[in-house]
Amino acid sequence: MCLVETGTKNKETGEISMVPKLVPACQTPAKDGTVVVTNSPKVKANQNFVQEGILLDHPVDCPICDQAGECWLQDYYFEFGHQERRADIHPFTSKRRELGPHVSLFADRCVMCSRCVRFTREVSGEGELMVIDRGSHAEIDVFPGFPIENKMSGNVNDICPVGALCSTDFLYEQRVWFLEAQNSVCTKCSTGCATQMHVNHNQLYRIQPRFNPNANDWWMCDAGRYENQFVTAPERLDGVMIRRNNAWEPLDWPHAIREVYNHVADVALNHGGSHLAVVLSPFLSCEEAYLLASYAVSILSDVTLVVGKIPVVGQDEKFKAGFTIRAEKCPNRRGVEEIVKHFGKQPLDWDGMLAKIATGEIKGAYVTGGYGDPWIDDAEAAKFERLESLVVQDILPSPLARRAKLVLPGVTAFEKDGSYVNHAGLIQSASWGLRPHGGAHVDGQTFSDLLGRRGIYNAADVLKELAVKVPFFARCAEGVPPAGLNLVTGQEKHPLTTELGTVTHPTPTFRSEASRMLEVESSTR
Amino acid sequence: MAEFEPVLLANIHKPDSHTLSVYRAAGGYAAIKKVLSTMSPVDTVELVKASNLRGRGGAGFPCGLKWSFLPKDAPTVYMCVNADESEPATFNNRILMELDPHQVLEGIMIGCYATRAQTAYIYVRCEYPTAYKRLHQAIQECYGAGLLGKNINGSGFNLDIYLHRGAAAYICGEETGLIESLEGKRAWPRIKPPFPAIEGAFRKPTVVNNIETLANVPHIVNRGADWFKSMGVPSTNPKDPGSYGPKLYCISGHVNTPCCVELPLGVTCRELIERHGGGVWKGRKGKMAIPGGMSMGLLTEKEFDTPLDFAGPGKVGCLGLGTAAVTVMDETVSIVDYLNNACRFFAHESCGQCTPCREGTSWTSRLMTRILSGKGRLKDLEILQSISQSIGIMPGTTICGLADGAAWPLKNALGKFRGELEEYIKKTNPGGYQQEEPAMALVELAHH
Repeated sequence: MCLVETGTKNKETGEISMVPKLVPACQTPAKDGTVVVTNSPKVKANQNFVQEGILLDHPVDCPICDQAGECWLQDYYFEFGHQERRADIHPFTSKRRELGPHVSLFADRCVMCSRCVRFTREVSGEGELMVIDRGSHAEIDVFPGFPIENKMSGNVNDICPVGALCSTDFLYEQRVWFLEAQNSVCTKCSTGCATQMHVNHNQLYRIQPRFNPNANDWWMCDAGRYENQFVTAPERLDGVMIRRNNAWEPLDWPHAIREVYNHVADVALNHGGSHLAVVLSPFLSCEEAYLLASYAVSILSDVTLVVGKIPVVGQDEKFKAGFTIRAEKCPNRRGVEEIVKHFGKQPLDWDGMLAKIATGEIKGAYVTGGYGDPWIDDAEAAKFERLESLVVQDILPSPLARRAKLVLPGVTAFEKDGSYVNHAGLIQSASWGLRPHGGAHVDGQTFSDLLGRRGIYNAADVLKELAVKVPFFARCAEGVPPAGLNLVTGQEKHPLTTELGTVTHPTPTFRSEASRMLEVESSTR
Repeated sequence: MAEFEPVLLANIHKPDSHTLSVYRAAGGYAAIKKVLSTMSPVDTVELVKASNLRGRGGAGFPCGLKWSFLPKDAPTVYMCVNADESEPATFNNRILMELDPHQVLEGIMIGCYATRAQTAYIYVRCEYPTAYKRLHQAIQECYGAGLLGKNINGSGFNLDIYLHRGAAAYICGEETGLIESLEGKRAWPRIKPPFPAIEGAFRKPTVVNNIETLANVPHIVNRGADWFKSMGVPSTNPKDPGSYGPKLYCISGHVNTPCCVELPLGVTCRELIERHGGGVWKGRKGKMAIPGGMSMGLLTEKEFDTPLDFAGPGKVGCLGLGTAAVTVMDETVSIVDYLNNACRFFAHESCGQCTPCREGTSWTSRLMTRILSGKGRLKDLEILQSISQSIGIMPGTTICGLADGAAWPLKNALGKFRGELEEYIKKTNPGGYQQEEPAMALVELAHH
């Protein structure tokens, strides 16, 4: 409880009469003339006592606790607590038990704030967590045989202010003060959760949701958080490959750009623009889609632009507090559709294109992918065999890539800058946090090279250009604020311009007291 | 002064005193008839207000005043009857429920009529199976006799009484904890305001009364407020509503005849022990006594002449009258044992909602366990003192009064028996009693 002293100021005499006892601040309505004192010696002494009480049962195992460095208890104890320990010293215990596939509980470290219990009851609505026992024996637990395995379970690790609930996935992987945070956007579904990726030495350690009231509030789903193994998958495409004499040969990038032109432009120039299909994947960022579409229409203005395959799995899943995991498992259908609509003479969807391939109307294709999960099966890929020319740009090998004449490696959303438009028309920008895998190029760079532009691809500049060229994106002329811009309604529910943090770091400038002290220490050494 | 004649306990010695026929034969259910036929709810509240009946559950809040706090136009009002009598050594409600349940029910009926409640819940602690059974039978009998249900006695007044069994937690005796428990939640007391009279059970205005308080109501109706005020200790200060009426005193501990007696408020502790408890047992001398349940603190032998009314124990540093359950300890009892027991009880019963209470009580319990095991230090007494001063409603650090109850035995023991505590520590820990460093916790003696 945040205890404060309160009183009332007499309007006529100006005299302040204080209430002799402390009151919990959050439960005390303020009225005209209410005086609140938050830092008197009495208040400090009680905050101090509460801190001391919480630490009675706490093992103080910070050196091996994952939360150390971003622990609210650490910070508060530095700020409000006793410097000396009066309580008895307890034997050191840190027993871990798993409450679910992603959640580990260290019951000793718990301070019984019961935020996690409220989360499962009020936000995810599954209510797996509960408080068992009473008084100082109270613990967080699940009912035997009913682990916490809802699709938002990872969030309880975030909202735990101490190290009691830890992510099993991240357990003992990295000290948090070594992690560098980059703002990102989740590409797992069209909700487009704002996220932070935490990276050290070019390795992705964890993903946390970033507060965005227009998209995901404080939350994200476990799929977005944990199912990113494809980023480091050993089979990732890491170099340009060309098929010559029925064998794959590696190729360097300058030649690759020329080969793309040979494969793609020839079809258009020989048969007419509409016989070439350029497929814009819903995993491309808006900037990349714009560059690719510009490139396509620069060959011939009537090149067929196609919106890539939209992966749909099951139904939308809506949770109690309104958070939704969408069935549409791609981040940018909306943005790509708008660009295709703007540039394409006869825009097509994936099935439309397949039909035209079957009738022979399309004779060559340049297909972009970027799907993290297998997205095309052998039977579907076989339909492309009749094409004269097929260029595939993707991150993972697929039946389609195997049938291509030229394969270009692309990158995942973690490795590139770009903006994505979610299901509701909210555009959000993501930054890169990892370097492109192997010999892959950022997709935007490839398209930029194809367009013959010089220099390094800069997503921010391209976005400004896009805002001028395509009216749908006009609002992005000044860039995209952290909470995004709604391009459909023209107005955000919560227009926030400030940088937004995660649950553990509500403001991005916030660094824990402990890590700040470490920094000072290391700089003075 | 003429010998006091019991009112509340008048029937309990009759055979089958728990049945409707015996209660009726003794003039039972006349009060509810009188109320239904001649009095309006407002009159009833005014009558109880005029009698200065104070709550018998522990805090001593004036009953009529509590009833008058209910919003006048509320469509639904609930009556919760607190029969979760968990204060150690208290058994007056139990006697009323087991031996004269109809008296209790009549009180509840009048209370409900006065507060316009049409539903009453009796929250019985689960350790009272007989009380539950007898109340259940009595309620069935009342339904059969048309004393409960729709349109009672043709007056248009409806009332249903439900029995609810608790699950043995001390905190369920706290009124908002009781309401939470009744609603099926963890018994975590609520922050007040809003008080239950404004928003209580199921978010409706609720009045919570103790069994004994309600048992007094039929007698007030039958005999009038003046009769009630003829007993007890009149108010000496305008802020004090006085201590009127009969009260059930429970006497237990080291006395020859532990019992529950009904006496006018204001009897002294010594009189209770000597006259009604048959004196301290085994020819020993009394050392100390708990005036009204564990949480009220401690009286020393010298303070036995304190009158046990609502204001009396407070004058000698105790928390209050509480449930008027006097536990006597003879001269062989060590203050360390007493304190260890008290601390362990409150640590066990703290609900865990407020950190100062949750951690404070368990801390005191651990300190006492260590002191008892011969590893105490003088510094521990200072820690105990500082904990006792920073937990509870009085300093404003907790939601309910459980922590005050935990603090008072400590405050009183440290204030009144400090010498003995220090002596014990010095004697049992001659090598380390002056240590200042944090001690190692005892592993095997974890409290529970």
